Amino acid sequence: MSILSIKNLHAEVDGKEILKGIDLEIGAGEIHAIMGPNGSGKSTLSYTLAGREGYTVTKGEVVYQGKNLLEMLPEERAQAGVFLAFQYPVEIPGVPTVTFLKQAMNSVRKARGEKQLDAFEFKKLMDARLKELNIVNDMVRRALNTGFSGGEKKRMEVLQMALLEPTLAILDETDSGLDIDALKTVADGVNALRAADRSMLVITHYQRLLDYIVPDHVHVLFEGRIVRSGDKSLALELEEKGYTDITGAAA
Amino acid sequence: MAIAQATIDSVGEATDKYKYGFVTEIEMDRAPRGLTEETVRFISAKKEEPEWLLEWRLKAFRHWLTMKEPTWARVGYPPIDYQDSYYYSAPKSDADRPKSLDEVDPKLLETYEKLGISLKEQEVLAGVRNVAIDAVFDSVSVATTFKDRLEKDGVIFCSISEAVKKHPELVKKYIGSVVPYSDNFFATLNSAVFTDGSFCYIPKGVRCPMELSTYFRINASETGQFERTLIIADEGSYVSYLEGCTAPQRDENQLHAAVVELVALDDAEIKYSTVQNWYPGDENGVGGIYNFVTKRGVCEKRAKISWTQVETGSAITWKYPSCILKGDDSVGEFFSIAITNNRQQADTGTKMLHIGKNTRSRIIAKGISAGKSQSTYRGQVRINAMAEGARNYTQCDSLLIGDKCGAHTVPYIESKNRSARVEHEATTSKISDDQLFYCLQRGIPQEDALTLIVNGFCREVLQELPMEFAVEAQKLVGISLEGSVG
Ligand SMILES: Nc1ncnc2c1ncn2[C@@H]1O[C@H](COP(=O)(O)OP(=O)(O)O)[C@@H](O)[C@H]1O
Ligand SMILES: [Mg+2]
Repeated sequence: MSILSIKNLHAEVDGKEILKGIDLEIGAGEIHAIMGPNGSGKSTLSYTLAGREGYTVTKGEVVYQGKNLLEMLPEERAQAGVFLAFQYPVEIPGVPTVTFLKQAMNSVRKARGEKQLDAFEFKKLMDARLKELNIVNDMVRRALNTGFSGGEKKRMEVLQMALLEPTLAILDETDSGLDIDALKTVADGVNALRAADRSMLVITHYQRLLDYIVPDHVHVLFEGRIVRSGDKSLALELEEKGYTDITGAAA
Repeated sequence: MAIAQATIDSVGEATDKYKYGFVTEIEMDRAPRGLTEETVRFISAKKEEPEWLLEWRLKAFRHWLTMKEPTWARVGYPPIDYQDSYYYSAPKSDADRPKSLDEVDPKLLETYEKLGISLKEQEVLAGVRNVAIDAVFDSVSVATTFKDRLEKDGVIFCSISEAVKKHPELVKKYIGSVVPYSDNFFATLNSAVFTDGSFCYIPKGVRCPMELSTYFRINASETGQFERTLIIADEGSYVSYLEGCTAPQRDENQLHAAVVELVALDDAEIKYSTVQNWYPGDENGVGGIYNFVTKRGVCEKRAKISWTQVETGSAITWKYPSCILKGDDSVGEFFSIAITNNRQQADTGTKMLHIGKNTRSRIIAKGISAGKSQSTYRGQVRINAMAEGARNYTQCDSLLIGDKCGAHTVPYIESKNRSARVEHEATTSKISDDQLFYCLQRGIPQEDALTLIVNGFCREVLQELPMEFAVEAQKLVGISLEGSVG
C-alpha cells in the first residue's frame, strides 16, 4: 500500500525554483534513501513535505495516506504522523526538554482524539524510551537542544521520533556531523523503530549511514530532480564513482 | 523570512477575548464627580479618618495642584481630565461591612470565582495552600481571610483603612516615609485621594507563615482606583506578598495610580510579586487602564527586597519598582516580564539606589512586544559616593513578535564610587521562524508554540514567582499573546 505518493512536485523558495519535478512512491514499511550533493534540494524536499512556510509548491501533488498532504497545515501533517528529523535541530532556550516532549506528545494525542497523558504517565513512557535509546535522563531536564552537542541533538531527534511513533519519518542528514560511534548509536535507534507500518525517507550525503540503516530503495537527487533510482547497490556505486559521474551521466 | 502573518493576526486577536472583561452589577456609593478639596474631605470623612491623615491628604492635594504630569516616559495618550472622573466608589453595603465570607455579597464572590480566585476555595484549601487574601474591589477592602491564623504570630494584615483605625501609630510613622506625598505627580495624587489598599506588618524575627495576597479589581465605570499599600517587615522578619490585578472591559480609559511602600528593617526580607492584568484596551487602542504606579522599598542593614512583576495588561504601564539600599550589605532585586500587544505601551523598569556599603542589586528584565505595541525598559542604577564595594548586574532581553512593534532599552548608570562594579547586558531578538516551525513539526499548534517559546524566554523571571502564581502567570502569557478563549 502506498503511504506517500509524490507526482511531478515543483517547489520554489524566495521565487527561485528548487524542486523541479519530483516523482516518488513510498510503500508501507519501506525505507527509501535520498542521496545527493550539497545544494541539490534534499532539505527543500523535506521542508516542503513538512509544510514549512516559504516553501511554495507551484506544481504537482503529494498524497499521504490517501489525503492531499499539501492542503494540510504543518502541525496537522505532524499530527497525522509525518515526522521530520531536522538536519539542524533548533535550540529553544528556557523550555525544559521534558516539557516540550510532553506538549508535543499531548498535542498529537489530542488531535487524534486520544487521552492526554498526565505528568506521571508521560514520564513512565519517556523513561522507557530513554532506556531503549540509551539516553541519560539528564538530557531531558536541560532546555531543549540548548548547548547540546551535535550527537546529543541527533539523539534527541530520534527520541522524539520514538515517542511520536510516526507513519512517515523523514530523516534529513541525521548522520551529518557525527563520529562513527555516535552514528552507530543513532542508527541503532532508528533501526529499532523500523516497523511494518512505518515508512522512512532517509536523506544523506554519504553512503556510510546506509551501511547501518539499510534501505529498500535509493534515489539520487540532483538539481531538484531524481536522476536515478535503484536498490541499495546504487549507494555503493555512488560511493565508488562519486556524484559527478552519475549526475553527469544523467545530464 | 518574516514570521507567519497568521501568528501576528492571532496575536492581534488577544484583546477581543479579554478573559476578565465582565462587570459586576452592585449598587455603588460614589463621591461626586471631579477633584477638589471637598472630594478629599469626602473620602476622608467616609473613611472616618483621624485629623492628621486628612491634613496629610490636603497637603498632598495642594501640592498636586502645583505639579505637572511627567512627560519623560516613552508613552503617549490624550490629556487626562482629572475633573471628569470619580474618586471614590464603594459597594453600597459599606455601612454593614461583611464580617465573614458568608456575609459577602454573593455576586462579589461570583466575581472572584470568575477570576479564578474564589475566596471560599482559599478557605477550604487553607491547610494546603497558605495564602491570605485581602481583596480590594474598587475602593474598599472586602474581605481578609486567615486573619486569625496570622494574628497568632502577631502578623497584621488588613486593609489600610482598618490599619488607620487599629494601628494608627504604625501607619503614621511609615506612610509617606518611602514615597513622600510630594514624590511625583501620580504618587501625590494618590496621597490625596487614596481609597484603600493593604497594610501588613511582620513583627521582629517572624517568618510569615503564609503568602499574603491582594487582589485588586476596578469595577465601577469612570472611577479611578488609587490604592495604597504599606508593608513593614520588622527586624529579621520575612514575608512574601502577592498582588494580582484585573479590570472589566470598558470603552473609556480608567486611571489607576497606586502607591506601594515597603520597609525592610535590619535583616528583614520582603518578596513582592505582581501579576498585572488590567484591561489593555481593544486592538485599536480604545479603552484600557492607565497604570501609573509608584512602588518603592527601603532596605536597612542586611535587608533584602525582591520585586517580581509580570505585566501583561493595561493600555499604558508606567511603573518602576525601586529599592533604596540604605543599610550596609543590603540587597535589591528586580525581575520583570512585560508583555505588550496591539496598541499597548509599557515604560517600566526599576531604580536601584546604592547608599550603604557592599550593597548589591540584580535586575533581570524581559520585554515581549507584539502587534503595534511599544515597550521600553527604563532603569537607573545609582551608586553613591559612600557605597563602597557596591555591585549591580543588569540584564535586559527584548523579544519582538512581528515587525510593527518596538522595544527600547534606556539604562541610566551613575557611579560615584570607584570600587563599585556595574554590569549591563542587553539583547534584542525576534521570535524565530526556526523555533516556531520546529514546534509545529512536532504537532504543537502555532499559538501553543508561541506560548511555549515566550515562556522559555521568560523562564528566569517566572522561576522567581511563588509556585501557584507561576502557573497562573504562564497561562497569562499564553492568553495575552494568543487570544485563546479561557
Ligand atoms: N531560504 C532559502 N532562500 C533561497 N535559497 C535557498 C533557501 N534555502 C535553500 N536555498 C537554495 O536551494 C537549494 C537547495 O538547498 P537545500 O535544499 O538546502 O539542499 P541540500 O539539503 O540538498 O544541501 C540551494 O541552491 C540553496 O542555496
Ligand atoms: Mg540539507
